[in-house]
Amino acid sequence: MVVKPEGECSSLRGEDNMAFLSDDLRQKILAYLPRYPNKQAVTLPALHLVQDQLRCVPRAAVREIADLLDLSPAEVHDAMTFYQFFREEEQPLGKTRLWVCRSLACALRGGEQLLGELCQKLSVKPGETTADGKITLEFAECLGACEGAPAVMIGDEHRHCMTPDRVDELMQELR
Amino acid sequence: MPDIEPVLLRRIGKPESQTLAGYRADGGYRALTKALTELNPAKVAAMVKDSGLRGRGGAGFPTGLKWTFLPKDHPGPIYLCVNADESEPCTFNNRILMEEDPHQVLEGIMLASYATRASTAYVYIRYEYGRAFRTLQKAIDELYANNLLGKNILGKDFHLDVYLHRGAGAYICGEETGLIESLEGKRGWPRIKPPFPAVEGAFRKPTVVNNIETLACVTHIIDRGIDWFKSIGIPPDPKNPRDAGSYGSKLYCISGHVNKPCCVELPLGVTVRELVDKYGGGVWKGRKAKGCIPGGISMGIMTEKEFDTPMDFNGPGKVGCLGLGTAAVTVFDEETSIVEVLGNICQFFAHESCGQCTPCREGTAWMNKIVRRMQAGGGRMEDLKILDEVAKNIGIMPGTTICGLADGAGWPVKNAIQKFRGELEEYIQKGRKSPALALAGAH
Repeated sequence: MVVKPEGECSSLRGEDNMAFLSDDLRQKILAYLPRYPNKQAVTLPALHLVQDQLRCVPRAAVREIADLLDLSPAEVHDAMTFYQFFREEEQPLGKTRLWVCRSLACALRGGEQLLGELCQKLSVKPGETTADGKITLEFAECLGACEGAPAVMIGDEHRHCMTPDRVDELMQELR
Repeated sequence: MPDIEPVLLRRIGKPESQTLAGYRADGGYRALTKALTELNPAKVAAMVKDSGLRGRGGAGFPTGLKWTFLPKDHPGPIYLCVNADESEPCTFNNRILMEEDPHQVLEGIMLASYATRASTAYVYIRYEYGRAFRTLQKAIDELYANNLLGKNILGKDFHLDVYLHRGAGAYICGEETGLIESLEGKRGWPRIKPPFPAVEGAFRKPTVVNNIETLACVTHIIDRGIDWFKSIGIPPDPKNPRDAGSYGSKLYCISGHVNKPCCVELPLGVTVRELVDKYGGGVWKGRKAKGCIPGGISMGIMTEKEFDTPMDFNGPGKVGCLGLGTAAVTVFDEETSIVEVLGNICQFFAHESCGQCTPCREGTAWMNKIVRRMQAGGGRMEDLKILDEVAKNIGIMPGTTICGLADGAGWPVKNAIQKFRGELEEYIQKGRKSPALALAGAH
């Protein structure tokens, strides 16, 4: 059995090294605490705040969120990886996250073709980021924009009726 | 079915539809004022119960009855969780309500909180509804600025905080106990019931979970009264003692192969055919419909011959579908292969099963693999038997899973085999292949 020196253990838990998240980000996370009767409920808001700013949730951030919320890093990581929305540090998001809906209402009106076309134009597979780091392409389960099928989402804003002729416009806008 | 004056959608498209001033000019917060000055909480709850309002989120459980399950004289806190995780494929009615008329929804939240004595309401809103999130937050800020949220609302002994809580892209969080787990900062794994949320819900306290459209209905029931609400829709079937009726209007989403995909407000009980032909502008490209999914994909599949089915809480069940669901009708035309429809549906459930119960996790994955193999031209006749068997054995109804998601995953498969067996057999025998599969390979 390997016994680690005490200093290393505590720095692994992040106790004496709360330097990864900026003060600003930490304050924003703590500002959510009064909303809930316990600290764990701030897990999702914290993960959103971190990913919005850093484009992924690095392991160091997981440890610091856990410290702020009196949780173990495993609990934060468990929640984080359940929601496929969050990215680990090995797969950060590009500047813009572009989602293409693949659910039934969109698929019936060309959603699959749209996703295929965007993969080709951006030379990526769903989930990947363009070489210039500008666009991360993803498939989405139903976006709830079915009256405007096929639909895409840029960040968290829907864009309706993305017929093939409008794809080039979209590319110009995001490039 | 006669047209009705829209109520839930009456303010859509108005220039001031999102602001407090605009809402008040249209009679907004009249119901809240009435409730706080003339009615006690029990009376508000009784009105909702007597109106026959049933939940609009999919299960159709009587809303007032759900509220009565809260323990009497509980010291609190009691929580209201508002289900704005609208993730059922092909459903978008709640999004429209939140984006276009947020105060109507918030008034319903306030009335429900008053009736249930909840002091905090959490609106669990799916991440994908960014615009709805921002619109609602702006409306909430307006309410706080005007002392309509917080302490002593309208000078009365009524205190309420409303917080928005964003999801992170998980279908299962629309299941009420999955939602609660997610709110608490954990995986959205549904809980074993009992205890039901009314007894032990969010943060282990009594909790009511209600859908956005349901709460918008509450606003108008208090404003216009029970008789008005019961004058719309379908009364209980006298031959069915368990039928609670289908009162009120419903927001129907119409999408897929129609000329005019839209969301329309009509009395419960309108037929699919009316929805498609009259409100959806008919099937596109001058084609005929082959079928539709009647209420979100988990409700199963209806054939074109079944389009005269009334879309109330009982109708879809009469033609073998699971139920009314979210009343989201998605039409597919006669040139669409049923295998393509099935492939899309199975892919969704395999992706969104939360993985907690083995029959659902494995069942949805295997159904997806089997349909994929059919799409690749490798289907076998015995696959239909296997699919049917899996579909019938996963879910809360056969008693093998914790939540109803698995019933919803099995239903369309079961319906497809029962209603389109000939087409499926021909597809397999001729070794047909899916044109979409070349694309599917990319993702």
